[in-house]
Amino acid sequence: MSELIVVIWTVIKILAVELPLLAAVAWLPYAERKIIGYMQIRIGPNRTGPRGWLQPIADAMKLMFKEITIPAQANKFLFLLAPLIGIDAALAAWAVIPFSDTLVLSNTNVGLLYVLAISSMGVYSIIIAGWASNSKYALLGAMRSAAQMVSYEIAMGFALVGVVIGAHSLNLGVIVNAQKGGILDWFCVPMFPLMVIYFISAVAETNRAPFDVTEGESEIVAGFHVEYSGMAFAVFFLAEYANMILVSMLASLLFLGGWLSPFEGIPVIGEPSIFWLLLKVSFFLLLYLWFRATFPRYRYDQIMRLGWKVFIPITIVWLLLIALMVVEGWAWWKV
Amino acid sequence: MYDTIARYLKSLFLLELLGGLAVTGRYLFGRKLTVQYPESRTPLSPRFRGLHALRRYPNGEERCIACKLCEAVCPALAITIEAEPRDDGTRRTTRYEIDLFKCIYCGFCEESCPVDSIVETAEFEYTYERFGEHIMTKSALLEMGDRYEQQIAASRAVDAHYR
Repeated sequence: MSELIVVIWTVIKILAVELPLLAAVAWLPYAERKIIGYMQIRIGPNRTGPRGWLQPIADAMKLMFKEITIPAQANKFLFLLAPLIGIDAALAAWAVIPFSDTLVLSNTNVGLLYVLAISSMGVYSIIIAGWASNSKYALLGAMRSAAQMVSYEIAMGFALVGVVIGAHSLNLGVIVNAQKGGILDWFCVPMFPLMVIYFISAVAETNRAPFDVTEGESEIVAGFHVEYSGMAFAVFFLAEYANMILVSMLASLLFLGGWLSPFEGIPVIGEPSIFWLLLKVSFFLLLYLWFRATFPRYRYDQIMRLGWKVFIPITIVWLLLIALMVVEGWAWWKV
Repeated sequence: MYDTIARYLKSLFLLELLGGLAVTGRYLFGRKLTVQYPESRTPLSPRFRGLHALRRYPNGEERCIACKLCEAVCPALAITIEAEPRDDGTRRTTRYEIDLFKCIYCGFCEESCPVDSIVETAEFEYTYERFGEHIMTKSALLEMGDRYEQQIAASRAVDAHYR
């Protein structure tokens, strides 16, 4: 009986994390359309509800009632499996994300490793989708995506190794607490290049503009999800936005001190709080939308050049520098 | 040499990209140019080429004399005209049809008309609910002309100076 209670309690805790996440995922496209619209001197959606606030509900209704078409030559099982893998990977990673010192589903010591392992699963969803669709555009998109995600994972991993060296732990809560003591102790100061490279690689990892050759609507129609419609497409969409939030969450936990306040020492506003965390996450999400409104898509060979010939050398050099600082005792943050 | 180093530093510190972000960042807070269509509209030129109409003289006589210049000039072959002498001996159309699916709204019919009969109005909000409604018959065209005569005459008067 007590086991049953534990299971139910765990499910409730999971829902408490995932439901707000899904709500955020629903309204992020609305924010995206509004902000990109504003940057293009338009006003964006404003007809559904006050100032367009109900637009995501209308979108969701539309997608739910649309027919899911499956191409005749597609592998039906894999075709429907692919979006599920995508959303699973995007949601499962949230198991180890801490929202404050105590607010965490699973406080494991391999948190960062787990996140990397799970988020790498996302590439399977794209490859399987591209292959199972049995369409040349989908296959091209999947191939591009596979090459791109593999290349950028290396630079991203190296950038995260810097954080791990700095904090002496893979536990996300410990990493945040290692940055205690004011804004100068945040890892974004000693590891600024790593943060920039991490975030750019993360944009590439989530296949967002300007690295969205996977989707490339002007060259390969919509890449790996050309053949998807209705809810099957919506699940891909949800996974993409959940991944964006996850990556922004990681960036704020690892480099911007998570729930720690930038004004530590001052009463009230100096207190660590989940609102600081959400503020930092929103900042990174804004960057995502800002990039999309500003930059044209990279050419495929340029993406590869940037990943292999620029990011990896820079991260390795900075990694050595951080390691040297830690070993020689030059590090001013808590090691 | 100096140029190369400068170029490398410029791209390493993402200077041009930051400049681009600054531009879009400024526009985020700028005034928006969107015209919210059904409530407010953009001004239309008097030369606007919308749905077609056949005009009449003030005494009610239809202007068209079935010269078929519009049919000949129409690049999309959208106009079909059949004509016969009327009882009083004048030549009039018995059939004047415009296929709106073929029409490219170039305005050549209007330009070619010697009696200013076929014109394009400023009307652009129209739909078809059944197949076949896209062919404007003579009666429909004349009705359009009757309904929009004031607007047509006004825009022709404004533009007359430049013709």
